[in-house]
Amino acid sequence: MSCCSAALAGDIAGLNADPQAMRRREELRHAGRVLADGGADYVLSVPAIHCGKCISVVEDGLAGLDGVETVRVNLTLKRVSVRVAASLAADPLALLERLDALGYPATPVDLGDLSAHGEALHSTELLKALAVAGFGSANVMLLSVSVWSGADAATRDAFHLVSALITVPAIAYSGRVFFRSAISALRQGRLNMDVPISLAILLAVGMSLGETLTGGKTAYFDAALMLTFFLLIGRCLDERMRERARSAVTALARLSAKGATIVEGNQLRYAPLDEIRPGTRLRFVAGERLAVDAVVVAGTGFIDRSLVTGESVPVAVQPGDRLEAGVLNLSGPIEVEALRDAGHSFLAEIQRMMTAAEVGRGRRSRIADEIARIYAPAVHLIAAATFLLWIIAGGGWYEATYAAISVLIVTCPCALALAVPVVHVVAASRLFEHGILMKDGTGLEKLNGITHAIFDKTGTLTQTVAQSPITVLPLRERRIAAALTRSSSHPVCLALADRLKTEQRVALDAVREYPGLGLEARYGALRVRLGRGDWVAEIAADPSGAIDMIDGTALAIEGETVIGLAIAERLRDGARDTIPELASKGISAEILSGDADGPVRRIASLLKIPYRAGQTPKQKLLRIEALKGAGARVLMVGDGLNDAPSLSAGDVSMAPGSACDIGRLAADFVFTRDDLSSVTTALEIARRAHRLVAQNFAMAFGYNVIAVPLAVAGLITPLIAAIAMSLSSILVVANSLRLASTGAPWPVKTQVRAPSVSLKTAEVSA
Amino acid sequence: MNVLIYLVPIALGLGGLGLAAFFWSLKSGQYDDLEGAGERVLKDDDAL
Repeated sequence: MSCCSAALAGDIAGLNADPQAMRRREELRHAGRVLADGGADYVLSVPAIHCGKCISVVEDGLAGLDGVETVRVNLTLKRVSVRVAASLAADPLALLERLDALGYPATPVDLGDLSAHGEALHSTELLKALAVAGFGSANVMLLSVSVWSGADAATRDAFHLVSALITVPAIAYSGRVFFRSAISALRQGRLNMDVPISLAILLAVGMSLGETLTGGKTAYFDAALMLTFFLLIGRCLDERMRERARSAVTALARLSAKGATIVEGNQLRYAPLDEIRPGTRLRFVAGERLAVDAVVVAGTGFIDRSLVTGESVPVAVQPGDRLEAGVLNLSGPIEVEALRDAGHSFLAEIQRMMTAAEVGRGRRSRIADEIARIYAPAVHLIAAATFLLWIIAGGGWYEATYAAISVLIVTCPCALALAVPVVHVVAASRLFEHGILMKDGTGLEKLNGITHAIFDKTGTLTQTVAQSPITVLPLRERRIAAALTRSSSHPVCLALADRLKTEQRVALDAVREYPGLGLEARYGALRVRLGRGDWVAEIAADPSGAIDMIDGTALAIEGETVIGLAIAERLRDGARDTIPELASKGISAEILSGDADGPVRRIASLLKIPYRAGQTPKQKLLRIEALKGAGARVLMVGDGLNDAPSLSAGDVSMAPGSACDIGRLAADFVFTRDDLSSVTTALEIARRAHRLVAQNFAMAFGYNVIAVPLAVAGLITPLIAAIAMSLSSILVVANSLRLASTGAPWPVKTQVRAPSVSLKTAEVSA
Repeated sequence: MNVLIYLVPIALGLGGLGLAAFFWSLKSGQYDDLEGAGERVLKDDDAL
């Protein structure tokens, strides 16, 4: 018999009671966009798609499904867009199941988040600006070449006029990117790279217009446009890279519920979060995430607390038990009473901790910004000094202005602006080949300098793998298990029963379910138990021998040995090699885990690194702060919600693709392969990238050292400016591309392994 | 040199046409999946 009443059991039958499936269905429903006719749009992230064949397999496979209207694979983003009819929208899990069956495990992408950011729009805008600048500079350059090769007075003036007609609208359109950023920087009283850029562009156009109207000889239209063009290339690349990473990382379904069902007398009413006050009665139904911290008032059932404890095994609850916001109900409806309002829930608490950690992350900004802080004032000072020098030397207003503007144009940081983004883009695609997603180039800069690596245990250093009961159990036990598991609707039981459904069943008497512990029955004269390891061990021959199984599910016949059906934990691939490799690079590693001392010690001794067990999120945070206070630069590798604050607090952070949403969002890097060697790969790429960025800056500065004195002396003609600027930019880009060259010192693995679905059981770890 | 009066506008017009074509292709989503588009050429199915 089951601990649940018949009515509750009926509810379970309505849903697929596999907690995994329930969680995925809920995620998918949240992520979709419902259309007016009841159908829905879904975007699924499918990392295993990698070739033309995959496109056909996925598209044809999904199109064959009832209710699928259109399906389109995007190979670049490794995504599938699906539009489904109302019939399928009611239970869209079939989509994921079909993809699983095809060998393409998928996770939903939250369309709400996508459109909220509107990032795609931004990159399109940049691309348009780039196209206009490219068009303008190509045409103006042609006209300029004619002028340089000696067009005479009337023709020259005409060409200048045409150039002006092209340049002014083109700059007005393409230059907005820089003007906007420069203005916002000036408003806050700072200088960024965009200020000298905007100034140079505007001055160059202004002076050239003056020259054109007065029939002058020199015009800088081509320089202004080319500057814009080159700089926009850098911006576009930068934006593309971030977008690509973001698209893969962007939250799956949001974790927090958007509302809850309030019980008012006999009435049920769905209400938004802000109507919930402490004491409000809520109906908490299966498949829903709890919106606020609450206490159970009536009903019993099973909930998934993996968000809170990192433990993915369902927990039984009964009246009086406390539930945290974010827990998922796996069985029948439970009535709960809110303890706090939504703003003070457990989830809100974690989010606040993350924000605080983010702020305290130290104001280490990007290299490019740091350089801009020195560079921008320096450029302005040199230009001003040039102007004064010419006036003092009696050169006249015209010559002084001309020389000052040459300085601004020539020093304009084309090469500097390209130095960082090009390297980062190449590095990002390099990382992408290795299954590592980079959210932002800053992560790469920070990864280079780390001295200390902190690992979470469960889900990061280890992976949980479900063992088949068929291989573990002898025949008799298998038949007992088959009979026992038939009588419960506990998700673990259901999973086991599913695996044992072809087994013969022995006759059992007096089957009883003990909530939170397991099942007990009589097998002839003997008791048999299936459930929590320590509880099962009580009836076994050697109760103390089962200590290790305390966390797992086990089976025992009275007086015999305990057999673990544990969801086993094993070291993640590559973990053994990664730690010594880090040490060889001078990086010390340690484990910070929320798990109990025993399992953590076992892993730590295997890897021969220090550890701290039983850490709360707060303690993890404090440890990182302490390390940072002592001057260490910390890399945090973790996957759980309870790691999320530490992921934000570390100088730089990585999370496996199996991490929970918040974990992935908080991390700078996400690695989608099961192999932990991704950490060292990323580190290696970061170091190479850093070297190249340094070389690029050296080149850009070298160029300035030569060009600036010439400009101060007034020797720069538009022709020289054009050649010098292009040359320095090309040099920098060419150097950056060396990162993409083969003969790389790190191991190249071409086979991309799709993250296995079973991984998601370790979604949130201790 | 009078020929320039025709040639320059023609050159600019053609360039502008290319620019307009690019804007159109961008708007109609042809740049959304560059890798996929390359692979789809090789797909041998009748349904097109």
